[in-house]
Parts: sequence; structure tokens; C-alpha cells
Amino acid sequence: MTGVLHHPGYADEKLQRVEQLIPCRELQAGMLVSLMGQPQHYSYPSIFIYGHRASGKSHVLHILMKELELPHAAVSCVECVSAALLYERVLTSFFGRSAASFLPRSPSLSEFVRLYRHQRSQSPAEQTRYIVMEKAELLRDADANLLPALLRLQELVDDNITVILLSEIVWEKFRPNTGCFEPLLLHFPDYSKGELQQILSTDSHPSYSAELYSSYINILLGVFYSVCRDLRELRHLAALNFNKFCEPLTEGKVKETETHKLWRNIEPHLKKAMQTVYIREVSSLQWEQMQQTEDEGGALRGLSAHTHVELPYYSKFLLIAAYLASYNPARTDKRFFVKHHGKIRKTNFLKKNEKTSNHLLGPKPFALDRLLAIFYSVVDSRVAPTASIFSQISSLVTLQLLTQISHTDQLDAPKYKCSISLDFISAVSRTVNFDIVKYLYDFL
Amino acid sequence: MSKRKVKDVHLPTGECITQLQQVLRERFCHQRLPEKPEGVEAQHKNLLELLRRTAVHGESNSLLIVGPRGAGKTTLLRCALRDLLQDKDVNKNLLQVHLNGLLQTDDRIALKEITRQLHLENVVGDKVFGSFAENLAFLLEALKKGDRSSSRPALFVLDEFDLFAHHKNQTLLYNLLDVSQSAQAPVAVVGLTCRLDVMELLEKRVKSRFSHRQILLLSSLSFPQYQQRIQAQLSLTDAFPDAHFAEEWNSSIKTLCEDKSAQDVFRRQFHFSTDFRSLHTLLVFCLSRVTVSKPVIKAADVLEASRLCLCDAKANMLHGLSILELCLVIAMKHLNDVYEGEPFNLQMVHNEFKKFLQRKSRSMFNFEQPVILKAFEHLQQLEMIRPVDSSSAKTQKEYQLMRLMLDNSQIMEALQKYPQCPTDVKQWSASAFG
Repeated sequence: MTGVLHHPGYADEKLQRVEQLIPCRELQAGMLVSLMGQPQHYSYPSIFIYGHRASGKSHVLHILMKELELPHAAVSCVECVSAALLYERVLTSFFGRSAASFLPRSPSLSEFVRLYRHQRSQSPAEQTRYIVMEKAELLRDADANLLPALLRLQELVDDNITVILLSEIVWEKFRPNTGCFEPLLLHFPDYSKGELQQILSTDSHPSYSAELYSSYINILLGVFYSVCRDLRELRHLAALNFNKFCEPLTEGKVKETETHKLWRNIEPHLKKAMQTVYIREVSSLQWEQMQQTEDEGGALRGLSAHTHVELPYYSKFLLIAAYLASYNPARTDKRFFVKHHGKIRKTNFLKKNEKTSNHLLGPKPFALDRLLAIFYSVVDSRVAPTASIFSQISSLVTLQLLTQISHTDQLDAPKYKCSISLDFISAVSRTVNFDIVKYLYDFL
Repeated sequence: MSKRKVKDVHLPTGECITQLQQVLRERFCHQRLPEKPEGVEAQHKNLLELLRRTAVHGESNSLLIVGPRGAGKTTLLRCALRDLLQDKDVNKNLLQVHLNGLLQTDDRIALKEITRQLHLENVVGDKVFGSFAENLAFLLEALKKGDRSSSRPALFVLDEFDLFAHHKNQTLLYNLLDVSQSAQAPVAVVGLTCRLDVMELLEKRVKSRFSHRQILLLSSLSFPQYQQRIQAQLSLTDAFPDAHFAEEWNSSIKTLCEDKSAQDVFRRQFHFSTDFRSLHTLLVFCLSRVTVSKPVIKAADVLEASRLCLCDAKANMLHGLSILELCLVIAMKHLNDVYEGEPFNLQMVHNEFKKFLQRKSRSMFNFEQPVILKAFEHLQQLEMIRPVDSSSAKTQKEYQLMRLMLDNSQIMEALQKYPQCPTDVKQWSASAFG
């Protein structure tokens, strides 16, 4: 293992400790250390590191900075909602708390640079200073001059300083219109399946052997690897389901060596987990409780089952009418809703191609008149167009079951769109004994 | 390689490497000024002459240095200033104000900065923080009061000049250029910009006060010259403490530059761009591979460095997608091919994916809609797909129209490199009906 990380600027034992803390990232760390060079040397003004989520970008940087004791400012762009917070963080971590107190309220970049230059002249850098910025893609939404200025900060403040940007998004999407100082680009590749297995196997359960845990990880990856390569997500799933995996062992039904039986036991469980816990239908806590109470997984009503809302009788029909108006073409209305319509040739009526299916393209807007016409046709009894009917329409908009397309100040002939799914409307129509599929053009 | 023993100073190899790294890193990373401007002698002479006329004779001037990024505008100006300030009289006499368009984003900040750099705060007292108009009036008064013979000349350097043109009414530019035109205190206004159309940005009254003197820095290097510059950039000078090591290093650099494969890399870099900033990134990668155990740059290092510099970032990101996300990307590619670049939504992509599954009748990839939605959102987060209109609140997620931000060739190339890609997915990617 020794000799991957080696640099004359840093003590070997420190580098070895770093190496142990970052499994499967020795190559990238080595490259980074050699790019940074010895502490007193100049380093490149800006380095841009990109890679997928949970590929160890900030972890490697954090470990390097901490173990090698480099002066650095760690900044998360999510936290720094205004540039002032960013300046304060940088000044505080380089020159102590007192330096940041000189910043005026809502400082400009110019003031930050002036203050930095002033402080630097009192305590110049003996080592390269680093600013590590996570989630750098948010810098694009800040002032237009912030990113170009950060990229050439070394030149602006005339100090031995390096800005390291970490992001999930490639550099091409960052480049400003008039160009900027190009940073060094460094890619952190994704972990391969073997590396994921290796990393996940390190946190084994104390009361079971390491081999058992590693075979469990193997099964877990077999189910989830095709969907998810996020290390954090996988680790979370591994921790959640391990108890279930060990259940037959604690009950004494199966021995540790009978991997096939363990696999038979856990696989359907994991598949269920993909449809529930992975998409956060069921929270982790509920999932754990479910396992303890020996409940059948998934029997619990998930988040999406709660979308069912209790609506008044006419509101349900209004919603049904809205759905029909949104997903049926207007030319078929006569065929569906008029009792004694004339003869319509069947072949012509049913001619449709798949591309124009509204369940593929999404809902179409409709006028209020059409909604009311369909509404009167689907409701069997006579309904007076009272104020309460109209207020129910607007309350459906408030509930975000309908969306108003036209401007809200338009009182005559407003246009709406129905924004609910087929499952939802089927559930609603079942409660009023209305067969909606019969009236949908797409399913004819 | 000559093995002449120079016994005067002989440092251990580790020390030599440290020194070497220091010298070269200062050159590549910190843009250390060269001894003499290279390749721009005429422009340098021109600029130096102009600045001297201001500094010595009190002549007011304005000038723009225009050139693409990394063409050496700042270096040229700094070299000229360094040479100018060697004159003792000038050094004592000349006032310098450096402004940067990135930092001084409006006229108020710029004015404050000018007052500060001219050391006028003492004079103004608390008036520095008075109103903008007052401040400007004071500054103009101070500049106007002077005349050509008695007052000290001032040099205004405006970096990122084009950004100053975006200020409101271009007040600052107007006033500076106005002072430079009329017989007041001698000022020289030097702007640096990378925009060739910078004159179009100026207002008419500002434009008419500008002297229309421009120095154009366009690289006209041929490849042999370029190569010579590379060699010069990498070589050590006589000032290096260990002469023996320096000699060995220089001869190793010479052999490197004559190497066929290294030359190919440099030629490719030359065809990409002739500016030296991008070359420096390449050389920094090379330099970082020089260690005590391998105190030379080999052709293999140059190759590796260019591989790092030129790799396609999007293909790299595609490599890390899960198989489900990759399948969705392929489905989007087919939709793009069939409907000729029309935007698509999740439902269409899912439909296309389902068609593939039906044909192949494999249950392995049978995922629920929410799992697919999660994969789709991940792609959106990586900005591989982008919504057509940004009004996301009004439409449901599965019906929001999207565009694919990838090229067909990128997808195919990434598929070739994808580890353990199932064969039927590969076949499907080749044709929609595979």
C-alpha cells in the first residue's frame, strides 16, 4: 500500500494516514497533492473538480486539508446565500475573527479584496492558502462577476492562494460569456462495483463476521446497483436492511455459511425496499418499525396513498369533468356526452396515432364553458349554476388540482388545466360510481 | 548528455527539485514577469514610449490594449511599467491607479477606490463617504486645478475595460477621457480588454473623446516559434543555484522537445489555441509529475498530461450513470432521432423504454414509475437534460418538456466505454428497433 502517496513537501506518516482514510481514492489524492506542490510553493490559481454525487470529492479535500494541516477556508455555496457571508468566512478562517469585523454591511467584492490585501500585508502567506468551495454550481446564480473574480483571485489579491471548486456539473456549463481564467480540470471517476463493495464492507456489524457482511453487501448491490450508484444512498439502505438479513440467523433457522438461504430470505424484501424506502414513500423510521413488528413490508400506507382527499360531491364531478376536458379532444365531446348524437363513422372516429395521445403529451387547457357543459352531462341530476359551483372551481385551483392558465384578472372565459394523475381520478370516480375509462378517448 | 563536472555548488537532488519546482511554478502559476517581453517587442516599445511621454513630458493619452484571453495583455503592461519605473524621476513622480472591472462594478465603488489609491482621503476627510456627485466634483476639481507643467502625472489602468462600459451613463469613462482630452492634469488612461468590438460599446460622446489608439495583441506564431517558446518556458536560467543540475535539466528539455510523440502533443495543443494560458495548464500537469526519483519530464508525461487536459467531461459523467439512467438517455436519443429534435417529457421516455422492454421481454429492468422519475430527476440535476421553459410550477413533473443536452456521438462513445454494459442495451442503442 505504501508509496502511492508520496511528496517531498509533506511528512510520510501524515500521507500514510491520509491514505488509510480515503479508500479507493489514492490516485486522485496523489494527483491533487502533486498539483498543490510543496506548501510554500505557488499553486495553480484555481482547480475545478467534478464528479458524481458521493464520489468522495469533499471527503478527500477535507481529509487532505485536515491531516496535512494546510491553512484553508471551507465554504459551502448553499450556506452562503449572500456574497458577504462568503467573504466573512474566508477572512475569518485566514486572519482570525477580528479581520472579518472590518467588513462593512453588504460589502462589495472590491472592499473584500482591499481588506484581504491589507490583512495580507500584515501576515503574508508562508504556505499556500486554499479556499474550498462545495456545490460551486450555485456560484453561477450569484453576481456575474463573482465567479470570474474568484478564478483569478490569486492575481487580484496578489497572495499565494488557490481556489478549489467542487461540483457535479461539468465545466462547460460554468464558462461566462466573455471568458475567464480557465481553471485546472480534475475528474473524480465513479466508484466501480468492486470499489463500492470494498468501501461498504468496511463498516461491518461487530457481532457478525466480516465475510457475512460482505456477502450481504454483495446481495444488496445485486439488487440496487442497476438503479443507484450513490454511495451514501447504498450505505443507508445497507444499514436499514441488515437486521432483516440477520433475522434467520438469530432465530437459529440458518447457519452463516448457507448464503443461498439467506439470499432467498432477503431478496424479495430488498425489492420491496426499492419501491418504498428508496423513493421515500415510507420513511426510514417507519420501515424499521415495520420490520420489528413483523409487518408485511409495504402494507403500511405510503406517502402517495395519502394524496387522497375528501371532496364534496359536486367537486368530484367537477374534477372528473375537468379531467375529461383536459385529456379528450374537443371534437369527440359530441360522441361522448350528447345523448342522441348523429351517426359518426366508427373508423374515422377511432383513427388516432400514438403520438397525439394526451396521456403521453400531458393535459390540454380548456375553457370554463366546456368544463360546465361536460359537468352537466356527467351529473345525472339537475344542478343550478349557483355561486357555490363556481367557488368550488376556484377552490380546486387553490388545492392545485386544477391550474389556471390565463391570468387571474381575466374574469370572462378563464382557461384551466387539470393537473392530477389517472390513478387519482380513477379513485375519485370510483367513489361516485362513475366509470371514467369508458369516457376517455385514449383508452377506447 | 554531457557529464561535465561542475564542482562549485552541488546541492542534493531533493533540494534541486524543490528549487526547480519553485522557479517553474512561479512561472506557470503566478505569471511571473519575464525578463523581456517575447514576441511583442514592437508593441512593448510603443507602449513604453507612450507612457514615458505622459510621465516625463506631461502629455495626456488614452490607449486600449486588445487581445484574446491569455494573450499577455497584463504581462505587456506590467513589463512596460517595470521598465518605466526604473527611471528614478518617473518613479517618484508618477501616480498609479489600478482599477478592475470585476471588482469596481459601479462608478461609486470605482470613485472611492480612485480616491483611496491617490491618497486623497486625508484631504477629503470624511468627505470620502459623501455623495457621489460631491466626490466626483472634488476629484475633477483636483485634477483640473493641476496643469501640464506643475502637477504630477497620473496613470489610470482599467482592467476588463469592457465591463466599465456597462456602467450607468458611462460617467466614469466620460470624465476620465474628458480630463485626458482637455488641458488639465496629465493623465494616461490605459484599458485592457478581450472584446474586439469594445468601441461599439462606448457611447458617442465617450468615443469621441477617446484617442482611438489601440494595441492589438494577436498571436502570429508559427509552430517552430511556438515550440521554441515552450522550450524557453521550461528551461532554467543561469540564476539557478546548482549549475550542473540546471545544465542537465536543460538538455533533457531539449531532447524532450525533439521527441516525436511530444511534438505531436504540442502540435495538437497549438492547433487548439496558441495562447500560453492553456499551454501552462498542460505544463503544470507535466511538472507535477517530476519527483526526486524521476527528475526529468518524459514524453509519456506530456502524453498523459494532454490526455487529462483534453478528455471529454460529459463522456466522463456518462460513465458514472447507473444502467437505468443510461437506458433513459438512450430512449431520449431515439426520441430525438425519430421526432427530429422535438422536446420530450418523462411519459414519452418511459413509453419508449417500455417498448424496448416488451420487445426484449426481460423483467430485469422492470421498474416502477417513481423509480424512473428519480433517475430522470438525477439526469436533470446533472444538467444532461434541461427544461424547455422554466415555469416548472404550472405543469406536472411527468409532463414537463425537456431537451437532451448531449450529442449522439457522445452517447455512443460513452456506451463503448461503459463497464459491463448489457449486450441488448448496446444493440438497442444502435437502432431503435434492435
